Amino acid sequence: MDLAGIIHDLFFDYTLRTIALGSAIIGLVSGSLGCYAVLRRQSLLGDAMSHAALPGIVAAFILTGSKAPLVLVLGAAAAGWLATLKIIGIVRLTRLKYDAAMALILSVFFGLGLVLLTYVQRQPNASQAGLETFLFGQAAALLARDVIVMAILACVALAFVVVFWNQFKLLSFDPDFGKSLGLPISFLDVLLTSLLVIAIIIGLQTVGVVLMSAMVVAPAASARQWTDRLGGMVFLAAVFGALAGVSGAVISSSMAHMPTGPTIIVCLSLIVAVSLTLAPNRGLLWRWAGRRRSHRRLRLESVLADLYAMAMQHGDYQHAHEIGALNAVSSVPGGVEAGLRALENQGLVSQPSAGRWRLTPAGMDKVKEIIRGMEPREL
Amino acid sequence: MSQKEYAIQVEDLTVAYRDKPALWDIDLTVPPGILMAIVGPNGAGKTTLMKAALGLITPAAGKVLIYGRPHLEQRHLVAYVPQRGSVDWDFPTTVLDVVTMGRYGALGWVRRPGRRERVMAMEALEKVGMPAFADRQISQLSGGQQQRTFLARALVQDARVYFMDEPFQGVDATTERAIIKILRDLRASGKTVVVVHHDLQTVREYFDWVTLLNVRRIAGGPVGEVFTEDNLRLTYGGRIGFLHAETAREKNGGE
Repeated sequence: MDLAGIIHDLFFDYTLRTIALGSAIIGLVSGSLGCYAVLRRQSLLGDAMSHAALPGIVAAFILTGSKAPLVLVLGAAAAGWLATLKIIGIVRLTRLKYDAAMALILSVFFGLGLVLLTYVQRQPNASQAGLETFLFGQAAALLARDVIVMAILACVALAFVVVFWNQFKLLSFDPDFGKSLGLPISFLDVLLTSLLVIAIIIGLQTVGVVLMSAMVVAPAASARQWTDRLGGMVFLAAVFGALAGVSGAVISSSMAHMPTGPTIIVCLSLIVAVSLTLAPNRGLLWRWAGRRRSHRRLRLESVLADLYAMAMQHGDYQHAHEIGALNAVSSVPGGVEAGLRALENQGLVSQPSAGRWRLTPAGMDKVKEIIRGMEPREL
Repeated sequence: MSQKEYAIQVEDLTVAYRDKPALWDIDLTVPPGILMAIVGPNGAGKTTLMKAALGLITPAAGKVLIYGRPHLEQRHLVAYVPQRGSVDWDFPTTVLDVVTMGRYGALGWVRRPGRRERVMAMEALEKVGMPAFADRQISQLSGGQQQRTFLARALVQDARVYFMDEPFQGVDATTERAIIKILRDLRASGKTVVVVHHDLQTVREYFDWVTLLNVRRIAGGPVGEVFTEDNLRLTYGGRIGFLHAETAREKNGGE
């Protein structure tokens, strides 16, 4: 399919439009709320919540016999909540740490969910068909009605983020200080966690319980690479999430047998990979280049300093020396010749005769500058 | 009881972590307008006492009064400088934004920080000598600069009682001088400052009052009266040999 066709379908094809819009909403909400989870070091909480939702979904079906999205979503939310309370309870009452409590609850709830799911599928009743799509999600089943519900929930969640912007920022950065100001920190904590639950259950049907935590963590982790402001981070994470949602929906619809949820996650992984390597300041490539630059600078400075030290043994900074002598004293023996050539290009050293090197007056100034830089400085 | 109003009044305060008392039956009165150090060995409950007074932890028994009323009603009169290690300095925000957080209590739920808050935050940054750092990302600060940022955040709270948890921890001499000057300015304008302090050598020079703490309150009062070798031995056990010279000097005249 060509690009124009895709764009046309994005707006006029009912199925693709519904799926793309739904996926964009999921990315938008989980991306922005995921920022708080990541900044509060609760990345795993999203994982625990979404896995824990599975038994809730199946139990809700067993109890009501209905597969209406609202019923299943309420079951998912209840189970997610129960899991969160259990995690907090374990941390408070035992000596287990947060990570161990989360891993424990995640696997116990998910295991329970799989047991219930298998049990339900063995029943003669055929109405259970389709529950297993909650494992990896099934976007094709999205209806316009579902997307409207998702959009309403998303608006509510995002409205809270905007209204309680300062409070959530303080809660994430310095909760003790917030409490000393009289902010109801425990209430805000519960509120923010509930919003995260909303973000997760919005995505369960499309992305599935197994991969949903990637929608929470990946956009936020990518966005952090590009900006140093909370506002910028939340905005970028929302954009990245929505972008991955739409591209995943488009790619999976234009190829046969491509599941939407996993495709969205693959798109997201690309964004993460690009952000981790290419982002200025924090990106790996940037940091690698910075390290190389400083290595190179240090090597040149060390060659220059050696030349100076040897020349001063003769009382004359312009006294020339052979490379062999420099190699003998250098802390970077392999790089002396290349270093000298680079320094010559900068006009800091010269060769009065082939193979013999000396400092130029500019080089001497540079040496003085380096020595000054080594003295202790006022902070 | 006298009618004189105390800045801080702690009565029968007991705090326990898992049945183990961290603070036992603390009584403490702090008059307004003084610099008070809380000293004691590790695990003595210094930070716990401060957090209980701030309402950050709920005591098992006892109460804390700030200017005669329960501390939870008087939060607008209290400012707090936590240990700088208690937060993640890689958080995506600027120095000015952190300082502005000191106004969130006064702003309430709806209002956003505006021009007035910005001006106050800049004034506080000038007091701590960091106006040039206002737009700096906080991960680029040195330890001393982080400490001064926290101090500026407490200054914009415009409180009457200041609680500071180890503000001199791991800062350079320049920052230590800057902080002590701010503490003295606060005292000069009638504020009360309570500082969890580790360096026994500087207690005499920096503070007027001291509380010696080791789960119980061992002693408390003006430094000249209670910062004695006997009381220090009671607080720290036998491990205070280095103080002998200091206390001997005090006996032979001192201030």
